[in-house]
Amino acid sequence: MTYEPVIGLEVHLQLSTATKLFCGCPAKFGSPPNSQTCPVCLGLPGVLPVLNERVLEWGIRTALAFDCEIAQVMKFDRKQYFYPDLPKNYQISQYDQPLAQHGHLDLGLDGRTKRVRIRRIHLEEDAGKLLHEASQSQTCIDFNRTGVPLLEIVSEPDLGSSDEAYQYLVELKAVIEYLGVSTCNMEEGSLRCDTNISLRPAGDSALGSKVEIKNLNSFRAVKLALEYEAKRQAAALGRGERLPQETRLWDAKGLKTEPMRSKEEAADYRYFPEPDLVPFVIDRQLISRVGEALPELPAQRRRRYQEAHRLSAYDARVLSQHRAFGELFEGALRAGAAPKPVANWIMGELLAHLNAHGLEPEEVKLRPEWLAHLVQLVDEGTLSGKMAKDVFAQMLERGVDPLQLVEEGGLKQIVESGALERIAEAVLEANPKSVADYRKGKTNVLTYLMGQAMKRSQGKANPQQIAELLKHKLERVTP
Amino acid sequence: MASGALAGKTIHELRALIAQGAISPADLLDDLLARIERINPSVHAYLDIDPERLRQEAEAQLRAAPRGGRLYGIPVTIKDNICVRGEETSCASRILQGFRPPYDATVIERLRREGALILPRANMDEFAFGSSTENSAFGPTRNPRAKDLDRVPGGSSGGSAAAVAADLAIAALGSDTGGSIRQPASFCGIVGLKPTYGRVSRYGLVAFASSLDQIGPLTKDAEDAAILLSVIAGQDPRDSTSAPVEVPDYVAWLKASPKGLTIGIPALPGAEGLSQDVRAAVDQALEAFRSLGVKTVPVELSHIDKAIATYYIIATAEASSNLARYDGVQYGFRAADGAGRSLLDTYLDTRSQGFGAEAKRRILLGTYVLSQGYYDAYYLKGMRVRTLIKRDFDEAFTRCDAIVMPTAPTPAFRLGEKLSDPLEMYLSDIYTISANLAGVPALSVPCGASPDGLPIGMQLLAAPFREEVLFRMAHAYEQARRG
Repeated sequence: MTYEPVIGLEVHLQLSTATKLFCGCPAKFGSPPNSQTCPVCLGLPGVLPVLNERVLEWGIRTALAFDCEIAQVMKFDRKQYFYPDLPKNYQISQYDQPLAQHGHLDLGLDGRTKRVRIRRIHLEEDAGKLLHEASQSQTCIDFNRTGVPLLEIVSEPDLGSSDEAYQYLVELKAVIEYLGVSTCNMEEGSLRCDTNISLRPAGDSALGSKVEIKNLNSFRAVKLALEYEAKRQAAALGRGERLPQETRLWDAKGLKTEPMRSKEEAADYRYFPEPDLVPFVIDRQLISRVGEALPELPAQRRRRYQEAHRLSAYDARVLSQHRAFGELFEGALRAGAAPKPVANWIMGELLAHLNAHGLEPEEVKLRPEWLAHLVQLVDEGTLSGKMAKDVFAQMLERGVDPLQLVEEGGLKQIVESGALERIAEAVLEANPKSVADYRKGKTNVLTYLMGQAMKRSQGKANPQQIAELLKHKLERVTP
Repeated sequence: MASGALAGKTIHELRALIAQGAISPADLLDDLLARIERINPSVHAYLDIDPERLRQEAEAQLRAAPRGGRLYGIPVTIKDNICVRGEETSCASRILQGFRPPYDATVIERLRREGALILPRANMDEFAFGSSTENSAFGPTRNPRAKDLDRVPGGSSGGSAAAVAADLAIAALGSDTGGSIRQPASFCGIVGLKPTYGRVSRYGLVAFASSLDQIGPLTKDAEDAAILLSVIAGQDPRDSTSAPVEVPDYVAWLKASPKGLTIGIPALPGAEGLSQDVRAAVDQALEAFRSLGVKTVPVELSHIDKAIATYYIIATAEASSNLARYDGVQYGFRAADGAGRSLLDTYLDTRSQGFGAEAKRRILLGTYVLSQGYYDAYYLKGMRVRTLIKRDFDEAFTRCDAIVMPTAPTPAFRLGEKLSDPLEMYLSDIYTISANLAGVPALSVPCGASPDGLPIGMQLLAAPFREEVLFRMAHAYEQARRG
């Protein structure tokens, strides 16, 4: 029997607001332990939470980007469990009246669009961090993260493969990046994700028992874990086993999932309405104000690039992956460059550079007009393709306009015909054997001769011109 | 002046004396501290009295106090569950022993702003769980009005009430979740007010049941209660449940005659537990009101017989959650955690050793009613009944300005009398609890005494944010009684 996976995702995003969810402490990442705390986020006796209005606004912004319905009235609830990183031993979260529900995210998958429904988006506070490094026998707690605002985005189980799950995460991350509400950095924990998967016979509508997978620290891990889990479950079902509903942990080293707890062991969180916060009636005017300020989102941008700039679906997808790519692209166009060469620079050299150095697009010193200048220099024939790549690399490294680089480095191609003529003649004179070979019909020696000419010009010769010149001389001069 | 002569005065009397220059705040402080030193050991209204430290602390406060303040130089005694910066705030619990908050509660800030001197650590039932102050982890308080000191002062604000009654305090703040200000005020023969929910900021009040708790004054008369409420009331940006409702000039309202107001008289549940003395005293007070030109009408509060059951679901649910943070990790008591003890062991040991019996009982009850499978049957149903009780009051207050009923079914009982029977103890709050569930203001004012001289209190309730009605009626009644 063939089985199809039914996959859902829960994404936790740390909102990058200046202050925490219920107090005025900074929410910055990476400060010295316990330097960003106050009685409220430490949960000292007698303190009370007060909602950060900015978090509500950013929550609405995000929910609108996923086409969610924003609640008329939302409330907070206490989720109760004991753990040392949770100073009140309950987390203020949202249970049955979340910020938003019933949204969706459209994925562009090789020529078709897949709609993934978003079940709900809710607000909650983050917990602190346990530090074990100090000593073997002691655990320290850093409460800086306690109370940092989190947005949980829960999808419906609409994803049919690990690949779709991966695409969903990429697209979700792009949307969040466009909104500017989170840094989406999995290493720093500003984006965290759990997934759940069950199998059912292909074509069936009933759902199998759901397995939740935790401890996923990259999008790749999500993909691998889902692939592993689909295989594991299919094999078990194939043997006629019944799969228990459970939570499993991904082992990134062993590349497998391990049981964590069964349904019976699941905690009873004893949710109840947070009495310290009254239910919030969400102002409709606030929603429309936030809606009007919504930026263009990746899907809209993709469509526009295909329609207005005649880019392929693939090019449009890559360019809209990061907000910064689009800014570069459009800026270069405004500076007079044609769309396709600019797109190629971004998708080729820039992307390769980012991947090689593990950088985010925002971290690169690159101005759109520089890209336009580079394209222009190539168009004019001032730079060969190879030289342009060097110039591009230097441009990123030094943060300098290519026009300036060309000027100061004497990098301009030698286009002046007299100089090229001299080089060509010198090369032919120095290689009589090759000249003879060519004239016997072994025209492929031209490549060798060209290489010699380029070398003699220290790479500054325009390759097309020198090739033509050499050819011309070889064919004209007869013994 | 004889020792204690100043300690026995009211805020408004002392204010006048200080303003005239007849006494200085230092004179008042000396007199009060001397009396505390002499009397507190037998009454035990304050925890851990160190008179020398108290004096130094109070003198430092006096130097910083603004002279023009409405409470300049007036010491105000604080229940041990209201955070005072740098002062131990233990809620009379072993688990919070040694905890010194790094911040002042909003009410403390407001008192200081008016020049009041903060006298911390009035005894109480542990975490405000109780009606007798016998649940204090540091020993009970005794009712100073009882001969031989053999009676409880009520609770949970028993330390605050006893201090005011024994002239160990000029006035005090307490907290009231189900009657914890009014019942001890009634047992000790003083005035106690539970304000409307949201009238006074809860920021800095160590939470028992967040949706029911309110801080309020315990004073020698209605005027002092009005003065203190004027200072502590008002919206606080740090408490989302504090209401954006303007604070009227309560003191000015005192002088308004209650003539033309209407009192509603409800049929009372638990009549079999209501003492004849209390019934007679309240009836007599109603007669006094009628002669002041106040009308009386019967009103119906058809669901208040469910108040105790409802209360012990909602209050314990919230308490179980609010007390979860006392785990020995950050502050307060932590059980010895030697080698081989797991995290769970530390939690269990700390909480088993740190909490008293009543706290454990309420944590267990509250955990149970919120558990999966029981939530709908208990907590959700409790919330529905609460709404019905609130509606009863809304309806009643369309027909009257205030409701009158006894504060407690009996005068103060003996120490130990109800300790072994929690249900019997819970019943002593039968008349006070509905005001917390409905969120309405309620004031207890002395209205007589039993044959053996134990005070009896009557309770006045008004519509939300109508505390001025209570002050106006209580003040007129006090004047009439004094003749």
